[in-house]
Amino acid sequence: MTIKHEALDRVVIRFAGDSGDGMQLTGDRFTESSALFGNDLSTFPNFPAEIRAPAGTIAGVSAFQVHISDHDILTPGDSPNVLVAMNPAALKANISDLEQGGILIVNSDSFDDRSLSKAGYETNPLTDDSLKRYSVYEIPMTSLTLEATKDTGAKPRDAERSKNFFALGLISWMYNRPYDETINWINKKYENRETVLQSNLAAYKAGHAFGETAELFASNYTVAPAHFEKGTYTNITGNHATALGVVAAGLLSGMQVLLGTYPITPASDILHELSKLKNFNVKTFQAEDEIAGVGAALGASYGGALGVTTTSGPGVDLKSETLGLAISLELPLLLIDVQRAGPSTGLPTKTEQSDLLLAMYGRHGEAPLPVVAASTPSDCFEAVIEAARIAIKYRTPVILLTDGYLANGAEPWLLPDLTKLQPIEPNFSKEFNHENKDGSKSFYPYIRDPKTLIRQMALPGTPGLEHRIGGLEKSNESGAVSYDPLNHELMVSLRAHKIEGIQDDISDAVVDDPTSDAKILLLGWGSTYGSIAAGVRRLRARDKKVAHVHLRHLNPFPKNLETILKKYETVIVPEINLGQLSKLIRSKYLIDAKSFSKVQGVPFKAVEIEKYVLNFVEEN
Amino acid sequence: MTVTTRKDWASDQEVRWCPGCGDYSILAAVQLLMPELGVERENTVFISGIGCAARFPYYMNTYGVHSIHGRAPAFATGLALTRPDLDIWVVTGDGDSLSIGGNHLIHALRRNINIKILMFNNQIYGLTKGQYSPTSEYGKVTKSTPFGSVLSPFNPISLALGAEGTFVARTHDMDRNHMMEMMRRAHLHKGASLIEIYQNCNVFNDGAFSEITSKDKRADNLINLVDGEPIIFGANSDKCVVLDAEQGVRVADRSSVTEDEILIHNSKRQKPAIAFALSKLASGPHEPTPIGVFRDVEQHEYSESLQHQTEDALNKKGSGTIANLLSSLPTWTVN
Repeated sequence: MTIKHEALDRVVIRFAGDSGDGMQLTGDRFTESSALFGNDLSTFPNFPAEIRAPAGTIAGVSAFQVHISDHDILTPGDSPNVLVAMNPAALKANISDLEQGGILIVNSDSFDDRSLSKAGYETNPLTDDSLKRYSVYEIPMTSLTLEATKDTGAKPRDAERSKNFFALGLISWMYNRPYDETINWINKKYENRETVLQSNLAAYKAGHAFGETAELFASNYTVAPAHFEKGTYTNITGNHATALGVVAAGLLSGMQVLLGTYPITPASDILHELSKLKNFNVKTFQAEDEIAGVGAALGASYGGALGVTTTSGPGVDLKSETLGLAISLELPLLLIDVQRAGPSTGLPTKTEQSDLLLAMYGRHGEAPLPVVAASTPSDCFEAVIEAARIAIKYRTPVILLTDGYLANGAEPWLLPDLTKLQPIEPNFSKEFNHENKDGSKSFYPYIRDPKTLIRQMALPGTPGLEHRIGGLEKSNESGAVSYDPLNHELMVSLRAHKIEGIQDDISDAVVDDPTSDAKILLLGWGSTYGSIAAGVRRLRARDKKVAHVHLRHLNPFPKNLETILKKYETVIVPEINLGQLSKLIRSKYLIDAKSFSKVQGVPFKAVEIEKYVLNFVEEN
Repeated sequence: MTVTTRKDWASDQEVRWCPGCGDYSILAAVQLLMPELGVERENTVFISGIGCAARFPYYMNTYGVHSIHGRAPAFATGLALTRPDLDIWVVTGDGDSLSIGGNHLIHALRRNINIKILMFNNQIYGLTKGQYSPTSEYGKVTKSTPFGSVLSPFNPISLALGAEGTFVARTHDMDRNHMMEMMRRAHLHKGASLIEIYQNCNVFNDGAFSEITSKDKRADNLINLVDGEPIIFGANSDKCVVLDAEQGVRVADRSSVTEDEILIHNSKRQKPAIAFALSKLASGPHEPTPIGVFRDVEQHEYSESLQHQTEDALNKKGSGTIANLLSSLPTWTVN
């Protein structure tokens, strides 16, 4: 049989298996080799909270979806074209997403009675005709892996664990991924574990050779490199970009960074990355709890460092009292909330946008703070720098919202032009700013810039400027404890106006409305960027006019937002929550914004955005 | 080094503790001590949480932060990690540090971060007007325990030793010289130090320590631990502390033991067993109770250890720039 080579413009592949099967690693490697090959790509890892959920059960299924293309794409794809299912549970949990006629590759060795029953199958789907809508390839990956690795010295139990490399080899052959680069990568990754190295190499090579020689597949495919703007690229996840952004913010401001944090899914990778970067003037501190993490960050800020804390929803709850202190002290602080599905422990590994109102209002007292959101994995880099800029300049805590989808999803990133990164000036005070009645001089910590209302800040170690600050209400200018009613009202209003005034110092919202005459505006924020933009493309392909605005700043909103919103007949706000931004928009601008919500722990599909708008147009 | 006097260390704020409060004498001891420590005012920071004791920073003419309940050690830890040049003191109370802030206290001690913690222990909640605290005795009748508390108290010294504290001492507000001596030694210690200060709250818990601190009882009930000296006390120096197979240590009549049997105090013992036994000698401040330095040992200090890792990284890789950061990533180039 001759194998045909077909060219595809894009393909969506999902690897699914048990949480111990190494699907995330397989997907990551496939992604990395596609990135180096030059495809545009977007990924969506989806895994359970348990490290090793009961083997073979639906609850234990871990999946990694990757979308590769020869053109610019925005999402990890709505429906996979190819599903690799390593066991019956993985098949059962994922088959409904596979496109009709799609390629299904199963590890047939795992379809024994026990595994079928664990997955809840009464009959074997491989024999009962239930999969006839798909092109099914049954491949005994376990036994082929054992056969391929028998000379490596690996015990069968260990050798079997290499079957994900067999799958990787097979799919790499099917889609013509660079061969040698993955071989080199395996050699490097396992260089200190010789048996594992040999076993994985053998399995990878066997999978690749199997595709070539088994005469099972009529064709293999190429997805040509995408046309990218000139420049240097890397493949990056949101958490990694966030960590790099934190380092960059420190270097741009000349401030030492202290990350005070506590491990929590899905934010911990930011800690892992930063803890490696000690020569970049970054210190990391894994505290005893969430509260100590943010407390230490604030203490560092008080001393003139950039205090950063990373967490997810439950941690934000715990840090809220310290945020209030930071608001009262008026000290810089960056809180990065990698949102996950709540309430309570919720779905720790699943994504959600449900902390927006928490970020806005989740503190006692009148306690406003700026809120910034990242919209794609690589955008986390710039979003962090912007959040840090506001925190440092305005001496305020800032919450940056990312989420599980951005954190773990990856995309190619055109490395930024370093000459365009602006320095951040902390402007610490070195001089007295007050003359006492007796003619002596002192430092008043709450003397403000009359326009921006930014307070003066002197660091410990500055001779003569010794002063005390605290969480008790303080007298305007002097900072001395004050119980005066009118002073309290003044301070509450000064703090609020300072945050509102940041509006003058942030970029305008950008409208994507090519013909400028759309009647419907899709207003989004955060990680829905890709889904909304892809949905908008689909609508425009059907000649439906629709505009898209995606917000970077959620508090304060950009100055031009009101004008934009009032220009459109309909404002639709898609969100992975029950309508939190739409509430803010409705209350602030008295606009009948329509909430389109989805709260399933997964992102919107582009088609869902498309359908919602089409239905809306039809019904109105 | 600027020469200063007590006055230089007092801020312009009027002190607002209740008249007769033990906090005044602690403030005086600190303000008297500071000029002799060889530190500049601008390099000194007092950090507190919430409670009566927590007003302390407002009265010191240094840098200071009045933070939130229980969290002062966390705030101080972040400052100490990034500003090892500063002399950092945490002022806290028994409620602030042992109840709401218990976790931060034990971890600050375990971490051996370079901060000095002054714990004002008055065995009551003062600022909230008289509820029982984690150090209130069993049976304590307060506003929140009208029928008596049914909880055993924490022993702060035992707790600190259990938390791997490297400098653990106790003093009381009736003896300025002893307070100053404990603070002086804490200041010399590298790492975290904890000083429990028995402090009388004359409004809500008056006389809590009078069994051991009042002038007529001190001789018989205060056991002054002095390094290198046998532990002897009593108005007639007729009592002593000896090792005991069952309880670790016990009080004995000197007439009943040989001089060799009397325990020689040594705060530098690496293992904390004897220090712990001494902390448990009294079940509360109503019977012979040791004061002084229970433990003072050297151990790697956290911020310094972290700084060493930073210096290693700098030596190996040089000072990083954003360009270095990005060029270390696996990249491809589109022309």
